[in-house]
Amino acid sequence: MALLYAGLFGFSGFAALGFIYWTTTSYLEEQTDTVIRSEMNALRETYQIHGLNSLQRTVAERAAAGGEDTDHIYLLANPGYTLLAGNLPAWPEDLRRGAGWARLTLTERDKEARDEHDVREARALSVTLPGGAHLLVGRDLREREELREHTLSTLFWALGVILALALAGGLILSRGVLRRIERINHTSRAIMAGHLEQRMPLSGSGDEFDQLAQNLNLMLDQIERLMNGLREVTDNIAHDLRSPLTRLKSRLESGLRETFDGARYRATLEQTLSEVDGVLATFNALLRIAQAEAGAHRSDWVPLDLGELARDVAELYQPAIEEQGDTLTTHIGEGLVLHGSRELVAQALANLLDNAIKYTPRGSRIELGATRADGAIELSVSDNGPGIPAAARERVLERFVRLDASRHQPGSGLGLSLVRAVANLHHAALELSDHHPGLKVTLRFPLLRSHQAKHVTLNR
Amino acid sequence: MSRDAALPYDGAMRILVIEDDRQAAAYLVKGLKESGYAVDHAANAEEGRHLALQESYDAMIVDRMLPGGDGLSIIEALRASGNTTPVLILSALGEVDDRVKGLRAGGDDYLPKPYAFSELLARLEALLRRSTGGVDSHLRVADLEMDLLARSVTRAGKHIDLQPREFRLLEYLMRHSNQVVTRTMLLEHVWDYHFDPQTNVIDVHISRLRQKIDKSFSTPLLHTVRGAGYCLRAPS
Repeated sequence: MALLYAGLFGFSGFAALGFIYWTTTSYLEEQTDTVIRSEMNALRETYQIHGLNSLQRTVAERAAAGGEDTDHIYLLANPGYTLLAGNLPAWPEDLRRGAGWARLTLTERDKEARDEHDVREARALSVTLPGGAHLLVGRDLREREELREHTLSTLFWALGVILALALAGGLILSRGVLRRIERINHTSRAIMAGHLEQRMPLSGSGDEFDQLAQNLNLMLDQIERLMNGLREVTDNIAHDLRSPLTRLKSRLESGLRETFDGARYRATLEQTLSEVDGVLATFNALLRIAQAEAGAHRSDWVPLDLGELARDVAELYQPAIEEQGDTLTTHIGEGLVLHGSRELVAQALANLLDNAIKYTPRGSRIELGATRADGAIELSVSDNGPGIPAAARERVLERFVRLDASRHQPGSGLGLSLVRAVANLHHAALELSDHHPGLKVTLRFPLLRSHQAKHVTLNR
Repeated sequence: MSRDAALPYDGAMRILVIEDDRQAAAYLVKGLKESGYAVDHAANAEEGRHLALQESYDAMIVDRMLPGGDGLSIIEALRASGNTTPVLILSALGEVDDRVKGLRAGGDDYLPKPYAFSELLARLEALLRRSTGGVDSHLRVADLEMDLLARSVTRAGKHIDLQPREFRLLEYLMRHSNQVVTRTMLLEHVWDYHFDPQTNVIDVHISRLRQKIDKSFSTPLLHTVRGAGYCLRAPS
């Protein structure tokens, strides 16, 4: 990983420095050519205006101006390449064939060089003047070469430093990354080994690794919640279905012991059947609660008009409520749209109405409200019955909890548990409050955020 | 429909049961035979698919979780071949989502396990009736008449005033006259809810309807079938 990182970094460094080198050298070359060209132009002008003699003087002056060690090269020769003026001993052999740009190699023979092996490069432009004379202007490239070499070595050093830095940085970075991955692996192994309460460590930097760890932790929380739900259901089934099953078994056994009598057998079977139905109903209710708690079945979620749903359920329950001698009043607003499961919300509402019918005396007033309040949609069922004491309001939401006052009524003690599960699934707040007198149960659904609302409108 | 030509048995309707649980299947086959149906049974997906595609049935009862595949794939294959035989899906899965999946795959009705046999029988009869009955703008049971276009109901020529929901309730009962209709079926088809209310909400709706269509007439049409549901039928 460190190598890959260094390689990648080094390659980009190399590419960048290479580009710098290339642009620098080509700029230098252009610069030299421009200077040569402008000098050539000036000399040609001198020739055109003042003639060959004047040019010969000017060339001699310029050639002498720089002294021995000059970079400037000037040559003027007659049509037969006999030197008239200039600072090279002779017209270069390889420039006799024509005019134009050329690269000259100057050796010690040409100049009185200090070093025997001093071979120098020069760039030159030669022209043939209208009178047949030849003119050459050149630049020794020594300085340019030095600059080029200097640039190159600087760049090589820079590249070396970059590579070293990249390698070191890569090593440090990858060691950090590997260490954090190893920490996550370590925690995962611990969790797999049974330490389900463990969570991925966070560095607090909020970077991608922290986000990964956070997501893993959220996932683990969700899994733990589901497992706890499952465990709770299993425990509930073990504890609370045991008693009806025991009753069932003893009823069947006593039925078998009794003397043969068709009518008695029939009665026993019918009682047994209704008891089995009760067990199955409880079982189904438990499953539904577990599923609502697990947040499963989002696929049946739809844009849901709570007002419409409340009217629907009220219409379903109205006759049964009136049959009990109670009255049902509704306060239902408009445009109460949320995203949710019609089936589950309807069942929660039905459970609340079932309770209101069951746990109030005849002639009670039941109210069903669906309204918008304080940035939420409120769904409430209230009655003027005996209510639930404040101390017990949390407890009745638990599975199978039935208050002593209600023991004589048929019921599984699961109705409010489902309401709570449905509320949680829809991110709704569930509140049981005193209705002075009576009980008021309120589900407060959060309003859809605007983009969701748009989505809902489009889908309708 | 010229059903008679295709009947191999003595006029009995042919039902295919695809169910792997041997005891449940035996019980189901026995019950259906006692109710006058001719029954074939397949115990796995492969055999079920073969029978469903090769033979001709009046209705099929298909379990979802089978050895060798999901019952839904059989229904999908059946529908893909253009076969419209009514299918009742049985399933231990039994939640809303599974119901939706089952109906989407081409099933006609969905019954979660455990079920009461009377419920299954009622639904099967409803399916068989649906596959033979046509679309009609008039329904009639004895002297009770319903005009679906004018949305009016008369009994013995006398107008009966019904609420919209009561109208739908009566329409469902009339479409399934002479059949037992369970409370769950009514809640599903008239209200579109799939849960069991603790309170006898359906019974009260039925008794209100009964007040309107039976009270001032000498012969009752809407009967309670003990332990099963209701039945709207003409006096024999």
